[in-house]
Amino acid sequence: MSDTPPKAEQATPDTTALKVEGWNPGDDVIEIVRSPDPGPGRATWRTFRETARGLLTTFGRFTETPVTVEYPEEKTPVYPRFRGRHKLHRFEDSGLEKCVGCSLCAAACPADCIRVVAAENTPENRVSAGERYAAVYEINLSRCIFCGYCEVACPFDAITMGHDYELSDYDRSDLIFTKEMLLAEPLERTPLRNEGE
Amino acid sequence: MLAVVGYFEPWWIQILKAILIFAVGLQLVPVVLLAERKLLGRFQSRYGPNRVGPYGALQPLADILKLLTKEQSRPTTSVGLLFAIAPLISILTAVAAFAIIPFGDTQDIFGTKVGLYGIDVSIGPLYVFALGGIAFYGIMLGGWSSGSKYSFLGAMRGAAQLISYEVSQGLALVGVVITAQTLSLTGIVTAQKGMWYFIPQFFGFLVFLVAGFAETNRAPFDVTEADAELVGGYNTEYGGGGFASYYFAEYLNVLVVSGIVTTIFLGGWLMPFGIHPPGWVDPIVVLFKMSLITFLFIWIRATLPRLRYDQLMSFGWKVLLPLATVNTLVTAIVVVAVH
Repeated sequence: MSDTPPKAEQATPDTTALKVEGWNPGDDVIEIVRSPDPGPGRATWRTFRETARGLLTTFGRFTETPVTVEYPEEKTPVYPRFRGRHKLHRFEDSGLEKCVGCSLCAAACPADCIRVVAAENTPENRVSAGERYAAVYEINLSRCIFCGYCEVACPFDAITMGHDYELSDYDRSDLIFTKEMLLAEPLERTPLRNEGE
Repeated sequence: MLAVVGYFEPWWIQILKAILIFAVGLQLVPVVLLAERKLLGRFQSRYGPNRVGPYGALQPLADILKLLTKEQSRPTTSVGLLFAIAPLISILTAVAAFAIIPFGDTQDIFGTKVGLYGIDVSIGPLYVFALGGIAFYGIMLGGWSSGSKYSFLGAMRGAAQLISYEVSQGLALVGVVITAQTLSLTGIVTAQKGMWYFIPQFFGFLVFLVAGFAETNRAPFDVTEADAELVGGYNTEYGGGGFASYYFAEYLNVLVVSGIVTTIFLGGWLMPFGIHPPGWVDPIVVLFKMSLITFLFIWIRATLPRLRYDQLMSFGWKVLLPLATVNTLVTAIVVVAVH
């Protein structure tokens, strides 16, 4: 720290320049009150008592069952509103995609990880319910911050955040999820927390 | 003549005995290592290692294999020869001290009388202290020859700590030696037939135990390692085999101190209430008592925070040393008055 002022200036601060209404430097200095010296006998007793107390505390933990969640075998359930991996949705009756390729999710995304390329629906090739559909819909999950703004921005509830949080992979390119992957029924890998749990 | 070494077995039994005790001692170290990690886990409401083998039983094997297959390296500022032999000194003295722990009374095996101990020297406690003093060279040379300031600080603290605590440790034993009127460890055990020495020598027992924690550089006296301030203390620059040796020596030292406490204060192979089991039970009794002390070591480590360096020094000189001295004096007066 080369830009700190020399000690002599710090020692005698110009309090008149700093004078603020209702504030007097030195008022907030509190004298620390220490307890009286316990003396050798009491100090020894205190040491023994506190050591024994500590030993009892750790022994109490020793007799309990560990609180560890053994992760790969045992998974912590997530809350219903947990924001995990995204899902794209279809209409249940017609099977058409809900996404109309409006790119509002991509516009809302602060991490800029969504890429949408829209195309026109034709009578021969009807993909979505609207005029246009998403020909390309990619989410780069290595950049996604799971803020959920895409979900909020979507006017048709076509994209929602799922519950899957096990998203590690060996290759960055495998983390770019395409439309097919997002539309596919996700593997139920994560337990959901029950009501009131 | 330096000391009278009492032995009456033929030479081949002595060699067999040495190999057996060495093998058993070395097998106990991974057990203590695993026990410590499991128990520390349980003291902190977790499981400890449980992935390698059933209930994590092969964890020490995995650890040691990992360390031994690592690349050997040393800092360019280190002093080569000393850097290499320092861990060896540590491990050698620990193993040598293990030889003196008596695991049982003299037994009749194959028609010959066999003492269940490595050696029975007439200067038992002095032998232990001598090896403890040499063991310190392992830490000191290791820390100094690393050419790193953290290692050096750790070694220097180790030196000061050893000087402070070995005095009290020695004095704590004087009371026992006066009462038993012998320096041989088997003699001390047989002298405890009436009452184990941790009752009449309670303060000696406490002082010896506390100084034993300091002697093995374990919490709360592990200022030589002091991960938070000194990275790893004397073994900062060690990796692979060298580090494994230090680690091994530390746990063997825990066993040795447990064994010495068992022998001197907890009646060695004697059972309470005058029960006289057959001879083969003796080593089991000793190992059981040793495991109790080792449990205490681990329990203390899980509980107490590391002492500040100046607290360590003032505790050693202002509390333990006067306590040990008064204990010795009172014992001497009582023994003179009774006889």
